[in-house]
Amino acid sequence: MTTVSLTVNGQSVTKDIDPRTLLVQLLREHLRLTGTHVGCDTSQCGACVVHVNGVSVKSCTMLAAQCEGAFVTTIEGIAEGGRLHPMQEAFREHHGLQCGYCTPGMIMSAIDIVNRKGTALDEATVRHELEGNICRCTGYHNIVKAVIAGAEAMGGGMRQAAE
Amino acid sequence: MYAFEFHRPTSLRQAANLLAKAEDGRVLAGGQSLLPMMKLRLASPGTVIDLGGVPGMTGIERKGRSLVIGAMTRHAEVENSPVVKEAIPALAHLVSVLGDPAVRNRGTIGGSLANNDPSADYPAACLALGATIVTNRRRIAADEFFQGVFTTALEEGEIIVKVSFPVPSRAGYEKFRHPASRFALAGVFVAKRGGEVRVAVTGAGDSGVFRWEAAETALQGRFVPKSLDGLKPSTDGMNSDIHADAAYRAHLVAVMARRAVEKALRR
Amino acid sequence: MAVTSIGARVARKEDHRFITGKGQYVDDINRPGQAHAVFVRSPHAAATIKRIDISAARKMPGVVGVLTGEDLAADKIGGLICGWMIHSKDGSPMKAGAHPALAQGKVRYVGDHVAVVIAETLLQAKDAAEAVVVDYAVEKPVVDVASALAKGAPAVHAEAPDNRVFSWHLGDKAATDAAFARAKHVTSLDIVNNRLIPNAMEPRAAVGDYDSGNDAFTLYTTSQNPHVARLVLSAFIGVAPEHKLRVIAPDVGGGFGSKIFIYAEETVCVWAAKKVGRPVKWTSDRTEAFLSDAHGRDHVTKAELAMDENGRILALRASTKANLGAYLSTFASSVPTYLYAPLLSGQYDIPAIYAEVDGVYTHTAPVDAYRGAGRPEATFVVERLVEVAARQLGQDPAKFRARNYIRNFPHQTPVIMAYDAGDYHASLKKALELADYKGFARRKRESARRGKLRGIGFSSYIEACGIAPSAAVGSLGAGVGLWESAEVRVNPIGTVEVLTGSHSHGQGHETTFAQLVSDRLGIPIENVSIVHGDTDKVQMGMGTYGSRSGAVGMSAIAKALDKVIAKGRKVAAHVLEAAEGDIEFKDGKFTVAGTDRSAGFGDIALQAYIAHKFNGQELEPGLKEGAFYDPTNFTFPAGVHICELEVDPQTGDVRIEKWTAVDDFGVIINPLIVEGQVHGGIAQGVGQALHEGAVYDPVTGQLVTASYMDYRMPRAEDLPSFVVDTTVTPCPSNPLGIKGCGEAGAIAAPAAVVNALTDAVGHEDVPMPATPQALWRACQKAPRLMAAE
Repeated sequence: MTTVSLTVNGQSVTKDIDPRTLLVQLLREHLRLTGTHVGCDTSQCGACVVHVNGVSVKSCTMLAAQCEGAFVTTIEGIAEGGRLHPMQEAFREHHGLQCGYCTPGMIMSAIDIVNRKGTALDEATVRHELEGNICRCTGYHNIVKAVIAGAEAMGGGMRQAAE
Repeated sequence: MYAFEFHRPTSLRQAANLLAKAEDGRVLAGGQSLLPMMKLRLASPGTVIDLGGVPGMTGIERKGRSLVIGAMTRHAEVENSPVVKEAIPALAHLVSVLGDPAVRNRGTIGGSLANNDPSADYPAACLALGATIVTNRRRIAADEFFQGVFTTALEEGEIIVKVSFPVPSRAGYEKFRHPASRFALAGVFVAKRGGEVRVAVTGAGDSGVFRWEAAETALQGRFVPKSLDGLKPSTDGMNSDIHADAAYRAHLVAVMARRAVEKALRR
Repeated sequence: MAVTSIGARVARKEDHRFITGKGQYVDDINRPGQAHAVFVRSPHAAATIKRIDISAARKMPGVVGVLTGEDLAADKIGGLICGWMIHSKDGSPMKAGAHPALAQGKVRYVGDHVAVVIAETLLQAKDAAEAVVVDYAVEKPVVDVASALAKGAPAVHAEAPDNRVFSWHLGDKAATDAAFARAKHVTSLDIVNNRLIPNAMEPRAAVGDYDSGNDAFTLYTTSQNPHVARLVLSAFIGVAPEHKLRVIAPDVGGGFGSKIFIYAEETVCVWAAKKVGRPVKWTSDRTEAFLSDAHGRDHVTKAELAMDENGRILALRASTKANLGAYLSTFASSVPTYLYAPLLSGQYDIPAIYAEVDGVYTHTAPVDAYRGAGRPEATFVVERLVEVAARQLGQDPAKFRARNYIRNFPHQTPVIMAYDAGDYHASLKKALELADYKGFARRKRESARRGKLRGIGFSSYIEACGIAPSAAVGSLGAGVGLWESAEVRVNPIGTVEVLTGSHSHGQGHETTFAQLVSDRLGIPIENVSIVHGDTDKVQMGMGTYGSRSGAVGMSAIAKALDKVIAKGRKVAAHVLEAAEGDIEFKDGKFTVAGTDRSAGFGDIALQAYIAHKFNGQELEPGLKEGAFYDPTNFTFPAGVHICELEVDPQTGDVRIEKWTAVDDFGVIINPLIVEGQVHGGIAQGVGQALHEGAVYDPVTGQLVTASYMDYRMPRAEDLPSFVVDTTVTPCPSNPLGIKGCGEAGAIAAPAAVVNALTDAVGHEDVPMPATPQALWRACQKAPRLMAAE
């Protein structure tokens, strides 16, 4: 056993864990944050994407023990004060999800894209940046629309005002 | 995953000692290759030594005619580094088509090189640029470092600390992605420095990354795509699987090489 | 709050829980005291089990049970079933081998279930599973239909010595042969419809729970049809009586057919829960999903089209060998027969059609319905034939199609189907305009200047949805009726719960069904809840597949709503002191005709429950009505998809430049959701055409494509944004005019892509999936000579 202390969605957590525990298992099984999903064994599908210290990470490909002192944010932690994150709102508005299984990872990746690439995104950029997130339901059409709209909303609609 | 002992050393010396002591220890850098292998029970180290807590192993620096990258530097940092983009833009491009954004946020240059996956991108850059791999014990030239599929010159207890790339006058990387895994089905890195041209191929060869000498000679004459006309690597020694047989891989190498030169000249 | 009408483009009600991480999928459910199951699977495609030694595994830390086929047999647990009987040409019933949930003596594909290990933790169960020692006598497998049908091939099951499960046919052979004999032109094609692995993003999972106090079982499972699962598990497999088995299918992360079937794993979880006295949970990992989810497609077909001197189609002939895998999955036999051959008329007026289909056992994972199920295979045959025929005759493929389209409805095809409504010319015309077909030649020249090969391809697909009526499918061999049930419960304050036998696993039922209720009852959509996926709550249901939930499931709701309104009228008559015949219901209000006396829906609901205004002997209190709806015909969605793409002849890489879809789904409840269904279907169809293909090693029978490292899933960058539009001819056979939309894209897309690719490279020799390697090879071949040249 090993002990890990980290902050998850703003709450400090200390757990004794088997060193084999993956971050996703810590979240789902120890903390019962089941919004983060597992869709593959080979680090490709992206259903498990969370943010560690502010950047997107595949939580199925990180040991929980590697998260000592880290700040982890999951899909459960992005709405603030009962208000949905603009990216969550955009996915709903644009029907960017169907079965919902890949959705938490998609939203977490989408926020990361905006953090890296800014709030004015074009379709080609979004499609390229979604390389690590697989969706089987939507054909990506509405996900791409949602990410572009969510990015704009994250920018506070400033662009729109300027136009 | 099988059970293992987990250590998180706080100095390189401590890490090396742990590694030397462990029966079948593995160093955990970014974990983007090792952890999937362990999850599928294809790798079963008895001891895992996490370098995440070791200071001084990250960073990107231009040192005279070289670009030096710390072994624990994440792919994303290399991809977005103004220093890299200025010194060797082809390297920044290579990293931008490696894995996916979340993988690039964790994966490291040291981990990628130590793993030496025959379809990985970084080995092609190291070999073509004539990089030097600096470990806790010595400096290893790229030509010596890559020794076949998942095999390197690293000895027991040896840990990569940083990688030094001589800055080329021109360089380009083109990759044809494996349809499913997105690793390189054929990736070609060309680099010109002074009168020397080096061409390294990843993904295609059955013994990992290799230098394509015929192309180097041809480009030494004139560094233009046309110099490669009619040139194709031999199908002997090419990988063959359901996605690409040897003939297709050899053909792709030729196409990627031409496109890499075009790209190198575009700067 | 306003009414949300039929046809309104509203965002989904169910999304809130999914975007906030509050969905409840099976793996999110944990029962107190639960143990974890890991299956020991066969590493061989064909072998006899000589011995299973579980003694070491039993002693491993945390192990609470190790069970094998012997235990299953001792408990008299029956085998898994195939619910559709097919009779061969000679009248004999199909030859099905037994399908035990845990192997008994033989294993027949890599991934076949040999034993189950149950332990306190998943890691312990995995460790112990490795300690189960199985002694196999390895045999030579047959993995494709050709080798399975070869003389002297090993039999997968003794019951089918030549590996033919059935040799079935449909249509008039004599009339078809006669038409071919007098044809001026015949187009023939050899077609391989590649094998696919469904890959819903949520892997299958099951939690079996046994309550010894009540001798009752609960199964939480990733199912598209929990009631069917309960019926099969109780009546046929015999793990528990129906009234003692509750099946819950909570949020389910995509199905595409693969979660219709009743598999070994959930059977074992229910049975083992009682056996080990603990709730037993199993969650598939992705590799297991590749190995053991039922696969799709896998046809080898010889197809021919006969035409007269004017290019009018005279007849179609197809001979298909369908790989059914090692065991018959739940609906496996229906897919290459009744869901396939009756669609071979496409949108065309074809006087004579004959199809013969051999269902073949092989040492591979079972093959069953996958999005479209039989209809994509049929559409691919028809649309490739039509495209190639047009090219061979030197005719424009769009005009060739238009010339042969059915014009008058209803239209009886020679292969069972009676098309009730459609306007195929209208969708073609709209699609040609949206795709700027006229400008294609210019775009092709522009691509050529950049060294790229541009192609355009059409697919005029038809599908038959809402598989029905029950009497008809029964006569064709179905073991079940294909109706749907609904119950509308009106609460005293006028809010409504609808209990439906349909199951939503991405389709958005909680929104579309609520829209129907809002529209019909004139109440806000927020006041409606849709309840599904629990056999203890919903009385009965057949589930969701075959694009049936709109046409059949919603029709049942509509029928129940009619009953609610009729009852409401009776109550209103008492309340408003008028004759029942004078009560009108409109906009959520019951009104005495010709007066201003009225009562709102909520008021009448309350009156129905307090029952003060009427005598309980003459009118029952309460407002709750149920209905079963059995359709009178299939529905026939149809449309035209046009794919325009560019091939890089140097690498074989493809870029889809534009996708145009014009579909006729009849009446549309929510365009936002319908478009989403089309997008997803297209992506899966493009996946089949360009990326996806299950590959078994022909010698060892190992699945080579057993992870995303080798099986290419369509990614965002592989696809364009789609141009999606509709034309509408309402479906005459159901009260809502709905035809269904869930599978259209997957049915239409493969032919559109391959027709575009063959147009680009200039010959017909392009396989599916058209991988970069395959396309590069195709580019090396000389283009065909056009008939006109």
